[in-house]
Amino acid sequence: MERKLLLGVEAIGQAAVDAGISGVYAYPGTPSTEITEYIQHNKTAGERNIHREWSANEKTALEAALGMSYAGKRAMVCMKHVGLNVAADVFMNMAITGINGGLVITVADDPSQHSSQNEQDSRFYGKFAMVPVFEPSNQQEAYDMTYEAFAFSEKTGLPVMMRIPTRLAHSRAGVVPKPVLDENLLRLPENLMQFMLLPAYGRKYYQNLLDKQGWLEELSEKSAFNNYFEGKEKSLGIVCCGIAYNYLMENYPDGNCPYPVVKITHYPVPKDMLQQLENECDELLVAEEGYPLVEEMLSDFFGKGTKVSGRLNGSLPRRGELNPDHLAKALGKELEKPLEMPETLVGRPPSLCAGCGHQDTYDALNEVIADIGNGRVFSDIGCYTLGALPPYNTINTCVDMGASITMAKGAADAGLSPVFAVIGDSTFTHSGITGLLDCVIEKSNVNILIVDNETVAMTGGQDSSAKGRIEKICEGVGVNPEHIRLFVPLKKNHDEIVRIIREEIAFNGVSVIIGRRECVQRVAKMKKLNKVKKQA
Amino acid sequence: MKTDIILAGVGGQGILSIAASLGAAALNENYYLKQAETHGMSQRGGAVVSHLRIADHPIYSDLIPTGSADLILSVEPMEALRYLPYLSPEGSLVTNTAEFKNIPNYPELNKTFEELAHKISIIRIDADQMARDKGNPKASNMVMLGAASPFIAIHDDIIIKGIETIFREKGEKIVNQNVEAFKAGRAFALQK
Ligand SMILES: Cc1ncc(C[n+]2csc(CCOP(=O)(O)OP(=O)(O)O)c2C)c(N)n1
Ligand code: SF4
Repeated sequence: MERKLLLGVEAIGQAAVDAGISGVYAYPGTPSTEITEYIQHNKTAGERNIHREWSANEKTALEAALGMSYAGKRAMVCMKHVGLNVAADVFMNMAITGINGGLVITVADDPSQHSSQNEQDSRFYGKFAMVPVFEPSNQQEAYDMTYEAFAFSEKTGLPVMMRIPTRLAHSRAGVVPKPVLDENLLRLPENLMQFMLLPAYGRKYYQNLLDKQGWLEELSEKSAFNNYFEGKEKSLGIVCCGIAYNYLMENYPDGNCPYPVVKITHYPVPKDMLQQLENECDELLVAEEGYPLVEEMLSDFFGKGTKVSGRLNGSLPRRGELNPDHLAKALGKELEKPLEMPETLVGRPPSLCAGCGHQDTYDALNEVIADIGNGRVFSDIGCYTLGALPPYNTINTCVDMGASITMAKGAADAGLSPVFAVIGDSTFTHSGITGLLDCVIEKSNVNILIVDNETVAMTGGQDSSAKGRIEKICEGVGVNPEHIRLFVPLKKNHDEIVRIIREEIAFNGVSVIIGRRECVQRVAKMKKLNKVKKQA
Repeated sequence: MKTDIILAGVGGQGILSIAASLGAAALNENYYLKQAETHGMSQRGGAVVSHLRIADHPIYSDLIPTGSADLILSVEPMEALRYLPYLSPEGSLVTNTAEFKNIPNYPELNKTFEELAHKISIIRIDADQMARDKGNPKASNMVMLGAASPFIAIHDDIIIKGIETIFREKGEKIVNQNVEAFKAGRAFALQK
């Protein structure tokens, strides 16, 4: 087949379609978003009309995929690393129920936090749930492993996690695809109580999961994706996980690393391979993207055994993504001093686009805050989080999706008044509604600004589950319609917006103030898409 | 053969069409290619960079090691300087001179460039102006690619084929404007 230039995420999307999925379920999140977008634009996916709409959040996505798996079909779920926190409940429990149709969860980690609140390492979730984890080291492996992962999921009866870091997700390389497989037929689980986790069942299924662990280790040992590479120089043995292998080999351009190397891309870790490495070598170096998971496993707690170096002992940096230079240093190579960045250089942080409605909202809110003082604006995640930076300096918090409303509530409970929550439309439907319900039930004194730009802007303008529904949702949850206020964030409406905010501060109870104007980038994107459609 | 290129600019300036043209060219030639992009947060007017690696042998790392890039190709002058540590001492820097000022403290850069010119080979070109002269301001990127092309180990005819491939669906006029922009940039660099 013909070689295609694909991003890591695109390779995964293509592989999922080729492996015969009947649905992709996802909520956007950098760097995972383009997997679903790729499938949405894929021809085969369109012809087969497989499920490819966005879900409200990662938990609803994973649960729906589990339902599709229950019905015997293959499903793919995609999210960014923190999305798995939201979906952790179903993730931990589905490891115990197991699956019926093959189910693969792609989790995109973001070491160095290019676009995230943290750099948590999803492999820990995989280990925690005791399910197989694949961690490809390049785009072709991302394709091949995803393609295989569905069959592997069905063979082991477990969900499989594909773990990728930003660098693989958003890097392009040539990929050779495989033949497209048929979709699975509808097929109920053989045991109709397989997904019943009443404690009496749950205990039994958990024991089954424990009993499978030895077999999973054996499969890892034999996996074509884990390799032992011989080396003559036994003073050091190197363990590389996923893309860390590339950074090692970049230091040996002819492909000849003198040290024995174990390359791990399939977990649980291949024990015998690691044992052989430890037997043969004086010391070990572990290079892994993310937290020191394997290093911690191999490190000798009492310090009497083989010395293990890596992120924990400072041979490699403790946080942030790795690169070839880090490996060179850990291998004791002398690096030449590179050219320096001139001192005149200044940073260029991201900022709100010209014409963005969030600017008008913050200008108005800032005028009100000038009277009542700083430190009262709880916010959330989206383009509007840039309101934390100059020239706005409006918002004070951004923790996890939905936390603006609930943290504002807690602060109000503590007696802080007035308090604001600033939340985007997509974040609101992702995780804000339940918090609003808490507020309504307790008549909390909160002013919730929903900055509705009618899209999921931060991640590139996907469809928002909130579109056209926000007032109705708020009313349905029980907010007094008199205190559901609407404005259009435009400069000319500045005075009106300020007035509305002031009126709602004066009210002791739940106020929802909705600022609605479509994101200017989304408007441009839709124009472009419509033009392409017309031409087609 | 290998060419390691740091592509730099500001989010929204579209350095990715430069990468795509070279990608298409590399694919035509059956070369290996890796191209790491910036997506997400920094696309909102922040600094963006792409590591583009082309070789006739397999490439391991998606990232270019420091001190080893053959070329920094920047569509914005300040961004050209941000990635200097990646440049090999024998490498070249090709940059647009049109400044993108979306920050309040944009520095004066002329002196910095003059000092730098003693250490490395630099080509500075007003690509925006040249693209306007060629009738399509949007083709400034292709002027830049043209100006950088003498430093890239792919024949210019092949790069032009790459440009034709990625602009094909936009029609013949757009293709020609972009190819002309490329040629103008290339001619400028070859005169230097
Ligand atoms: C649990 C979780 N899922 C996904 C993301 C990625 N993410 C950050 S902001 C955002 C969307 C925000 O959309 P919206 O609230 O409508 O704000 P906008 O960007 O449109 O202003 C997403 C999906 C995240 N940070 N956390
Ligand atoms: S992408 Fe849309 S919401 Fe985000 S800053 Fe730009 S205009 Fe505003």
